[in-house]
Amino acid sequence: MFPVEHILYLSALLFSVGLMIIIIKQNAIMVLLGIELLLNAANLNLVAFNQLQPQTFTGQMFALFVIVVAVCEAAVGLAIVLRVYKYYQTSILSEISELKE
Amino acid sequence: MKLIMIIFYVLEVIAGLSAVCILFTRNIFYGALFLIVCLLSISGIFILLNAEFLAVTQILIYTGGVLLLIVFGVMVTGKLLGKPLVVNNKYWLLGCILGASVFATLPKLFSDVKFYSNNSALTPEGYNSINQIGILFMTDYVLPFEVTGILLLIALIGAAVSISAFTLFKKL
Repeated sequence: MFPVEHILYLSALLFSVGLMIIIIKQNAIMVLLGIELLLNAANLNLVAFNQLQPQTFTGQMFALFVIVVAVCEAAVGLAIVLRVYKYYQTSILSEISELKE
Repeated sequence: MKLIMIIFYVLEVIAGLSAVCILFTRNIFYGALFLIVCLLSISGIFILLNAEFLAVTQILIYTGGVLLLIVFGVMVTGKLLGKPLVVNNKYWLLGCILGASVFATLPKLFSDVKFYSNNSALTPEGYNSINQIGILFMTDYVLPFEVTGILLLIALIGAAVSISAFTLFKKL
């Protein structure tokens, strides 16, 4: 059996790095990459806890549904990014500020 | 130390390092490639954790589908002037404070918890996860399975409509 603590440390690292990418990067597509990283950190935790009880498959099933929702989010998010790019001619998030003026 | 443990640690180190590299690269395309490396090594960890079906799904959907979509988005939103698409970074201080505090508090939550398990072997006897997952999809998880199909259809139609020339967001 693999040590669960290692996987928890790894997913904590992935989660914090994804959060930093979402805050620091200025491009909308880079923010989508950060969200994918956050969802993968959650998936890693679910599979690691599933490994403790290998006769049940609750964690793996939950991780499969998380993957499907992540795919939907990526598709719709990228469509919105492309639409915003067509309208504002930029994908830099801090320049998309119509209400601020 | 057995070979399989060494493979496990190497995969963990590759996943963590490539995730950190996304943070420090300024080219979006390199960021997407680093994310591919990270997701592939995570799927390797899934295989070692007895989740083969999930690992194959991860490779097919994430590194095959989502990353293709993201690279396509990079191609469309770039100006295509021959120079690489460079991302500017902002709020380094805020991001570092938040990331470091999350990374400091999350391990503290589970550092003094002991996780008990009822298996000690790497792979239990008679273990067949793909078979079990297929049966569970058609018995216990039928309703979430169908709802997931409807959700995928909604996302497909929503993405196609919002990207098309449909004049919903025309200037008022």
